[in-house]
Amino acid sequence: MLNSKTCTVLVAAVLTAQAGWAEEVRVYNWSDYIDEDLLAQFEEETGYELIYDVFDSNEVLETKLLAGGSGYDVVVPSGTFLQRQIAAGAFQPLDPSMLSNTGNLWDVIQARTDKYDPDGQYSINYMWGTTGIGVNVGKVQEILGEDAPIGSLDLVFNPENMEKLAACGVHFLDAPGEIIPAALQYLGEDPDAKDEETLAKAEPVLSAVRPFVQKYHSSEYISALANGDICVAVGWSGDILQSRDRAWEADNGVEIAYNAPVEGALMWFDQMAIPVDAPNVKGAHAFLDFIMDAENMAAASNYVYYANGNLASQPLLVEDVIGDTAIYPDEATLETLYTTTPYDARSQRFVTRMWTRIKSGT
Amino acid sequence: MNLRRFSLIAVPYFWLLALFLVPFLIVFKISLSDIALAIPPYTPTLELSEGWAGFRDFASQLDFENFEFLATDDLYWKSYLSSLKIALISTFFCLLIGFPIAYGMANAPKEWQPTLMLLVILPFWTSFLIRVYSLIGILSQEGMLNQFLMWTGIINDPLTILNTNIAVYIGIVYTYCPFMILPIYATLTKLDGSLLEAAEDLGCSRTEAFWRITVPLSKAGIIAGCFLVFIPALGEFVIPSLLGGSDTLMIGKVLYEEFFANRDWPVAGAVAVILLLILIIPIVLYQRNEQKQMEAEA
Repeated sequence: MLNSKTCTVLVAAVLTAQAGWAEEVRVYNWSDYIDEDLLAQFEEETGYELIYDVFDSNEVLETKLLAGGSGYDVVVPSGTFLQRQIAAGAFQPLDPSMLSNTGNLWDVIQARTDKYDPDGQYSINYMWGTTGIGVNVGKVQEILGEDAPIGSLDLVFNPENMEKLAACGVHFLDAPGEIIPAALQYLGEDPDAKDEETLAKAEPVLSAVRPFVQKYHSSEYISALANGDICVAVGWSGDILQSRDRAWEADNGVEIAYNAPVEGALMWFDQMAIPVDAPNVKGAHAFLDFIMDAENMAAASNYVYYANGNLASQPLLVEDVIGDTAIYPDEATLETLYTTTPYDARSQRFVTRMWTRIKSGT
Repeated sequence: MNLRRFSLIAVPYFWLLALFLVPFLIVFKISLSDIALAIPPYTPTLELSEGWAGFRDFASQLDFENFEFLATDDLYWKSYLSSLKIALISTFFCLLIGFPIAYGMANAPKEWQPTLMLLVILPFWTSFLIRVYSLIGILSQEGMLNQFLMWTGIINDPLTILNTNIAVYIGIVYTYCPFMILPIYATLTKLDGSLLEAAEDLGCSRTEAFWRITVPLSKAGIIAGCFLVFIPALGEFVIPSLLGGSDTLMIGKVLYEEFFANRDWPVAGAVAVILLLILIIPIVLYQRNEQKQMEAEA
């Protein structure tokens, strides 16, 4: 039997647990996507306890959100996914009265993210980047000659080039929503096409180079490129730049270069938003405001080598980041970048099925 | 007295109801729904507040469309067949490796047996995921296996094992072998040694006695072991996605794609229901067989 003392202790424990719950902020972000010193700094400045979890694919995040009750206060989907999740009612509008740093945001990026979230009603931009080609310069030039098309989609979609590169190793992202638009762009078609007839045109391009792709994977290429295990990867800008730095630190003679293809590259945006059922809405806003602080945002970008959507942070960025056109493209390149919108259920199924067929031959 | 009996039987039935039947009905219900852009991502959802009329309305919206869809695309039956093949071959190899180990354990000196048993269970003390990841390190091009084989001079060029079906077989057999060994070991230790002595007295050779006495009497353990390996291997997702290549076709991966990439919970539900049917048929057959045996013994 419980005596009164045990009861008191239990009640006290429950109360503290509830109080503890209210003071926690739960953030769900991409892996390797922040300077972890910032997390400790947030706790220090605001007094909230930060619980920081990571994911590595938009699909995993989306499934948690659509199942409901994810328990997170801040999540970071990419633009196309965000748009669909807003339509599904997964997010709550931001409360401007709780955000003091919105003036720091960069209008150039906001104009582009308006496509996914008009007027930034539900989200703020965290980072953005492009999907392009990372090459081991020395090896690729050795195989294809000095004038190898390292800045062109011709490098990875022309079977003649790929056949020669196969022995040295080529990885593609395992992301049909990024590789198929790239193939369409290569063909001169609309990369944002949704109709099956146009989408199907990407298949022969991708199937023709399939025998020469060692692996379809969305993160292994970072270390594979840096170690010299592979010499070409179609991947995300910041990841390839991280691998360039790893090779540089290891001093192993591997020189990695990233290029957004001259034909045009996909520009994507990772947006911070607050789930509709977030337990700590106030804490979530505090986290967003903390991230929008110019100094904090600059620290994050300087750490992960991705561009951000924060204009005020730009003077605080190191030259390696702001001065690198692979991270902050020049005006001319910016013109060639394209964006995509989400697939509806029917075209999504078509794309997934096509992707399975390309990868497995079934 | 009756109450006591009832409550004893009620426990396993409640277990079955709460942990099998109810989840199954939920999945079955989802498999009859339609995909929607909402939380949760399917429609209709059951509104209990609307009472009987609401339920009728709900039921009228359900259909077998998703099951029909599965028949239109050869991806699904090819994946089921490929999974069945991988699971069957893996079960066979587990038996081939597991039976001699269990036999050796059961015939080892009594004081060794607890230690041997511990050695079989020991791998479980390391996370399953870590063990599969370490297989990547062993099987890769520059991995330990290739280095060892090249060092001994058996091969000159490294073998490509990782990212092929062979790596999937190695992963499944390695992971599930203990589930084969333990039930066989349990039946073999219960085996009455005097039966073998009697067989030899009556002129049976040791090999013949093994096939005519030991194997039939350990049948229950062999069948239990085969089920314990076959069932999880059939729906395996982690091993093929970490060790297999992009051409490794398994239903677990298809299920993942339906659920995560297509966000199509209804089709994923239909795939899962059919997978369960494939599993239930051998289980029911086994159960019947057991019952017959028990009746024969009684």
